[in-house]
Amino acid sequence: MEEVQLEVSYGRTSNESAIEIDASHMDTRELNSLLRDLMLSGYERAVLRNVCGQRYIGTRLYSPQRRVMTIEIHGTPGNDLGAFLFGHRIVVHGNAQDGVGNTMASGEIVVEGRSGDVTGMSMRGGRIFVKGDVGYRSALHMKEHDQKRPVIVVGGTSQDFLGEYMAGGVVILLGLYGAHTASFIGSGMHGGVIYIRGEIGEEQVNSHVLISRPDDADTEILGSQISAFIERFPDLSLDVDCILDSEWTKLSPRSSRPYGKLYASTAPD
Amino acid sequence: MRSLVLPEFTISRSEECDRCRACEHQCPFGAHTYDVSKDKMISDSYRCAGCQRCAVFCPKGAIEIRPAPSFYRPNASWSRERIEDIKRQAESGGVLLTGCGSDKPFRIYWDHMLLNASQVTNPSIDPLREPMELRTFLGSKPDRLSLRSDTDTATDPFLMVETPVLFSAMSYGAISYNAFQALAIAASRSGTFFNTGEGGMPSEMKSQFKKHAIVQVASGRFGIDAEYLNCAAAVEIKIGQGAKPGIGGHLPGEKVSQHVAATRMIPEGTDAISPAPHHDIYSIEDLEMLISAIKEVTNYEKPVIVKVAAVHNISAIASGIVRAGADILAIDGVRGGTGAAPKVIRDNVGIPIELAISSVDRRLRDEGIRERCSIIAGGGIRCSADVVKAIALGADAVYIGTAALIAMGCTLCQRCHTGRCSWGICTQDPGLMRRLNVDDASRRLVNLLSAWSHEIKEMLGGMGINAIESLRGNRDQLRGIGLHEWELDVLGIKGAGE
Repeated sequence: MEEVQLEVSYGRTSNESAIEIDASHMDTRELNSLLRDLMLSGYERAVLRNVCGQRYIGTRLYSPQRRVMTIEIHGTPGNDLGAFLFGHRIVVHGNAQDGVGNTMASGEIVVEGRSGDVTGMSMRGGRIFVKGDVGYRSALHMKEHDQKRPVIVVGGTSQDFLGEYMAGGVVILLGLYGAHTASFIGSGMHGGVIYIRGEIGEEQVNSHVLISRPDDADTEILGSQISAFIERFPDLSLDVDCILDSEWTKLSPRSSRPYGKLYASTAPD
Repeated sequence: MRSLVLPEFTISRSEECDRCRACEHQCPFGAHTYDVSKDKMISDSYRCAGCQRCAVFCPKGAIEIRPAPSFYRPNASWSRERIEDIKRQAESGGVLLTGCGSDKPFRIYWDHMLLNASQVTNPSIDPLREPMELRTFLGSKPDRLSLRSDTDTATDPFLMVETPVLFSAMSYGAISYNAFQALAIAASRSGTFFNTGEGGMPSEMKSQFKKHAIVQVASGRFGIDAEYLNCAAAVEIKIGQGAKPGIGGHLPGEKVSQHVAATRMIPEGTDAISPAPHHDIYSIEDLEMLISAIKEVTNYEKPVIVKVAAVHNISAIASGIVRAGADILAIDGVRGGTGAAPKVIRDNVGIPIELAISSVDRRLRDEGIRERCSIIAGGGIRCSADVVKAIALGADAVYIGTAALIAMGCTLCQRCHTGRCSWGICTQDPGLMRRLNVDDASRRLVNLLSAWSHEIKEMLGGMGINAIESLRGNRDQLRGIGLHEWELDVLGIKGAGE
C-alpha cells in the first residue's frame, strides 16, 4: 500500500487498511482532503478522533472507480455530514448537526445520538439510522427511483414538517423515548411512506396524507428495517417482535399529483 | 362548461388548398380536420395556437393565420386579455399557466441605448484583418498577479468560452430529448456551454458532453448525485428564474415519461415538484454551506454558479452571493423565458435585466469584490447588440434561452406548458419530438452563435476595441435615448449627445 505523506498525527491500527486521525486542529477542508487522499491510496476505514464541527465529512469521497470506505467519528461533526454521500459508511459515536445525509445517493449513516434539522433532505438512496431524535423538516423531498429506495429509521421522534414534499423512500419513527408532538407531517407529500410507532393525531398530519394501518407488506418492510436498526444499536436491547407488536400508523400520499388541479391553461383544452 | 372566450386567431385557406391534409397532420392542437363527405378541410379557430406550423408546412402556401379581428368593446381598463383571463379563471378556478417569457410592454432598455464608434480621433479596427478576442474566462479572479517567474499565481476553477454567449438552463423534461441534445452538440461545437436545468443529465450523454455541460442543482434536487455533479464543467445552484421569481416549479406527471423519470431519478408519472425555496437555504450563510458542499463533492475542481432572478434588492443580494463564495453569478431578468409559469407571476414580478446588471456591477465594484465573481446576464437577450450592451453595462457573458429556441424553430406561441409543441421542442410526445432533427437544429444554433460572434467583433472594432475584456463595464460606450434621469442614473450612462 502506498504510504501517504501527511503532516498530521495519525496511527496505524492493527488492521492494515485502517487509520486513526486526530482531527482536533484540522479545519473542514484539511480533514476532508486527508480523507480523500486516504481513500485514493486504498484505506478502507478511518477513525476520526476529536471531531468538532468539521462540515461535509464524507462529501469529498466521490471517485469514478466508486471506492468506498468506513468513517468512524468520535466527537461532533458539523453540518452536512455525508452530503451527496456516494456509497460510504459513516458512524457517529455521538450527536450530529443539521443536514445529515443531504442529497445522499447511497451508503449508510449511523448516528448514536441526535441528528439535527433537514436530516436526509432530498436523499435518494442508502440508509440513515438515528438512535435519538431528528430535527425539523427531516426527510424533506426524499425520493426514489427503480431499485433506489432511501430509508431513515429514527429511534425517537421528529420535530415539525417531517416528510415535507416527500416523493419516495421510507421513514420509520420508533417513538422509543416519548410521545410524537410534531405537526405539519407530510405537507406536500406525493410519494413514499412514513411509519410511526405510537399515537399520532389527525391534526398533526397534512390533509394530503392518507392515514392507515400497516398491512402485511408494510410489516415486512418494518421488520427488516427495524432489525437493521437493532443490529446497529445493540445497547438498546430491543426485540423486533416486541416493537412490531405495537400500535403503528402508516402515512402515505393520497395522490402522486397533489397539485394536479391547481392550474388552468391559457390554452383551450 | 362551455368556454365563453373568443378565438385568438383566424385561419384562412386559399383556393390553392388541394386537401393534402398536411395541416391536419402538423397541428397538435387539432385545429384542422378533414371532412370526407364534403371533401373539405375544416378549421377550428378556437384550437389554433398561432404557432404557424401549418402555414410553414402547407405545400401550397394556402394557409394564413392572423390575429382574430373580432373584439370586445374597446376599453382602456378592460383589455381583451384582462377580460379573457377572467373568463378562463371563472371556467376553471385555477392559477393560469402560460409558457415563454413575458410579452408585456415593459420598457426594453436595450432599445434605449446606443453604442459608440470611433471617428477620426481614434481608429476603428477591421476584424477581418486584425485579431479580435471574444474568449472570456468566467470565474473568480485573483486579487493580484505575481510577475515573478518562479511563483505561479494559483487560480480558482473557471469556465472558458470562445464567445460570451451560453445557453441558459432548459431541462430535459421541459424540453424534448432532441432539443436538449441539439443544445449540447451546439455548445460543444461552438466552444460554449449548455445548461441541464434541474432535470438531470441523461446517463448516455454524460461522458460525451461533460466538458460543455453546466449542471444545475435546484430546490427539487432532481437527478443529482456525486457522479452527475462531477460530469460537468460547472455546477449552478438555481435560486430563482426571471419568469417566476420566488416560486417553485411543478413538472406535471404527464411529462414524466420513463426516460425523464430515470434522468430525474423519480417514479414515472408523478409530478416533479420543486419547492419555492431550497429548504436547506434560508440565509446567505446557508447558501455558503451549499456552495461549499458542492465544491467539496467536486473536489474544488469546478466553479459554482448561483442563479437568481432580478428583483428589487438585487445588488444587495448579489453582494451576499459573492461573499458566500459563488464563482459566477447568473442573473435572470423579468423577460426571461419558461416552459411553464403562472401568468400573474411571469407578468408582474421582477425587474428588467439591463437595470439589474448595472446596479449589481456598480455595487460589487463599490465594495471591492467585483473580481471575485463573474456575471452572466440573461432574460431578454435578443441579438448581438444586446450582448454588447449587456457587457458594456458590466456583465461578463450572457445566457440565451428564448433566442436559442427560436433558432430551433420556436415561434413563441406560449403553449409550452401544454406539452404539445408543434415544433418538437417543448414536448415529450415521441411523434412531435421527432419533428426536431438534432443535426439540423444544432447547425442552426451553431450558425446563430457564429453570426452573433461576427457581429460582436464588428461592433467592437467600430469602437476601436480589440478584446471583449476591454468592453466589460465600459459604460462610456453607451448613451441613453428617451430615458428619464433616474434611468440614466441606474444604468450609469450619459444621455445621447452628452
